[in-house]
Amino acid sequence: MQKKRRVDSAHVSSQLIRRPIQKCFAIFLLPTFICFCIGFLWPFIQGIYLSFCNFNIPKDAKWVGLSNYAKAFKDASFVHAFWNTAAFAVISIVLINVLAFAIAYALTQKMRGSNIFRTVFFMPNLIGGVVLGYIWSMIFDAILKRYGTYLTANATYGFWGLVILVAWQQIGYMMIIYIAGLQSISDEMIEAARIDGASGSQVLFRVVIPNVMPSITICTFLTLTNSFKMFDQNMALTGGMPSVMMNGAKVNMTELLALNIYSTYNINKNWHGVAQAKAVLFFILVAALAIGQLVATRSKEVQQ
Amino acid sequence: MKKFLSLILTLALVLSLAAVASAEETGSVYYLNFKPEADQAWQDLAKVYTEQTGVEVKVVTAASGTYSDTLNSQMGNADSAPTIFNIGNASGITDWDDYALDLTDTAVFGERINDDYVLCNAEGTPKALGYCYESFGIIVNTALLEQAGHSLDEITNFDSLKAVADDIHARAGELGFDAFSAPGMDGSSSWRYSGHLANVPLYYEYKDKGLNVGSLPAEIEGTYLDNFRKIWDLYITDTAADPTSLSTGTGDQSEAEFGEGKAVFYQNGDWEYANLTGNFGMDPANLAMIPIYCGVDGEENAGLNSGTENCWAINSQAAPEDIQASEDFLYWVVTSEEGTNMLAEQFSGIPFKNAKPSINVFGADASEYAAAGKYTLFWAFNDTPNVDSWRATVVTALTAYSADPTDGNWDKVVEAFVDGWAYEYSVVNG
Repeated sequence: MQKKRRVDSAHVSSQLIRRPIQKCFAIFLLPTFICFCIGFLWPFIQGIYLSFCNFNIPKDAKWVGLSNYAKAFKDASFVHAFWNTAAFAVISIVLINVLAFAIAYALTQKMRGSNIFRTVFFMPNLIGGVVLGYIWSMIFDAILKRYGTYLTANATYGFWGLVILVAWQQIGYMMIIYIAGLQSISDEMIEAARIDGASGSQVLFRVVIPNVMPSITICTFLTLTNSFKMFDQNMALTGGMPSVMMNGAKVNMTELLALNIYSTYNINKNWHGVAQAKAVLFFILVAALAIGQLVATRSKEVQQ
Repeated sequence: MKKFLSLILTLALVLSLAAVASAEETGSVYYLNFKPEADQAWQDLAKVYTEQTGVEVKVVTAASGTYSDTLNSQMGNADSAPTIFNIGNASGITDWDDYALDLTDTAVFGERINDDYVLCNAEGTPKALGYCYESFGIIVNTALLEQAGHSLDEITNFDSLKAVADDIHARAGELGFDAFSAPGMDGSSSWRYSGHLANVPLYYEYKDKGLNVGSLPAEIEGTYLDNFRKIWDLYITDTAADPTSLSTGTGDQSEAEFGEGKAVFYQNGDWEYANLTGNFGMDPANLAMIPIYCGVDGEENAGLNSGTENCWAINSQAAPEDIQASEDFLYWVVTSEEGTNMLAEQFSGIPFKNAKPSINVFGADASEYAAAGKYTLFWAFNDTPNVDSWRATVVTALTAYSADPTDGNWDKVVEAFVDGWAYEYSVVNG
């Protein structure tokens, strides 16, 4: 089996086969590239343009310069949503990765039924965000009712409810990635460490974790971008409620950035451009954070 | 294969050219319908019109709650832009003024009975015409009311309503039903209170100040919020529902409670008629709608809350022949036998000269109150600035108050109502 695969790949990389493929690579690439342009690149460019415009529907856009950005920065609810999102991201990144790694570590030890557990832990990931949001709001409300309160009674419940929901949903997914990483560490290496007298925790921190750094890079990247882009769950679980008046301004206590952009758009046509400007700022923020994080964790990866 | 492909492409090209050519000759109508429950009736009516006149009428209904998104995307594309669309309120006029035809000289505009259901832009040009008005109040199961030893005649103001409700609530165990169906605060139900019930204090304040729908005041004072509290206290007290569980109570639960005969009173509007008589099999003879009393002086003369968010606007940027076709279609709807029959079957109040009486008993109640000289509470809540956001704040405060009805929590409701209004007004106009 192993041998046959090597023969196949040798065939593919032979000049005879590679040259014609290289010549007409454009044909293979073109359909996807066209889809990418239509579905991503063009809307993205149009989106940036619209963030400088006042518009109800895109074809009536009128150029207004930077005023949308000025309005976005002045909007207290946007700033509040930013800090909410930042806190949420930090907590959920740590929580999800630590728990996912711990479960993956436990399930790669030789134990009975580990396949069943892997399946069960992964399953929440298969349910859509909106459905999860509604299901969990019922669960939380049923529990909180025993204490004479409810989910949207204050910001704390809603915030931690969202953390629990997202952890429940994403731990299984990250666990699979960690399991793949853990399985790629050769038994010989761990055995060698043991023979050299390394303790259990030394094996974990000095051997296992450095060797799963690629998985950690991927998982922190995914959890970071997922938390910043969180929308469905946020909308379905609390919808940003409770909404309260604070110092003469209105604040949706559990609203994250994406939901804030969405509700900005719905105010009226003078806010469509502002929502668009917020979305551009949001993109820059997420891209910068994600690239920064990739650079930081990549540098810690070890060559195997 | 190549030949086959080119054949298909050529065919498609020819066909689309043909389609364009034929459409340009007569003009066609595309109606983007706002009311999902009336979709089938509109489709059927469109077919009849096409059979009679040969003019193509396309009716598309936006899924519930997505009308503005659908309208936005459809208008964005000149080929698919609707020729008739819905504008609900003053904020809709702000958004769509550039696209709404001046209706002054259209035939359908001349068929209206009065100006109560006309939406005008800032210059006073009529831009949208209400084609039906709706009424809401407290729906009563008169059979249960009699079973409890009371009658509708007893209820003429807040005190008499409270006396009846308190009595039923006190004897709920023995009677097997309670006074009010649950005032749920889930998103599917809370609009009945943050929107409709809130209209009562808003209306009385408007009336004192001589304002009208469309006045769009920057601030309100909340003069009648104590009355709002009175009726709200009644709702959350004289009900079988536990006040702390209201945050998740849905509209369906509340409707089922009433439909299954577990509650005598149910605050909602005449659009419930089809559901109550159809799905729940209630006898129309046992249904009535009474005004929402809240202890305001002279409220013995109150009628129902009537208004509309269903107004036709004609797309002024459509092709001239399509605009003409749309005007003709609407005129036919409000004057022809088929059209007026359909309106009478689907809607409760129809503000046109040739309107047939509606089959909806709640609509009949509304007309009866008006005929008896009672004042109608117009829909002041159509003026709510940034409406979803304002309501969310009121719902938050009202839910907290229901779970723990203290004066401190009521102050939060007042704050959400009054300060929230001023704040949202500044957002919308900022």
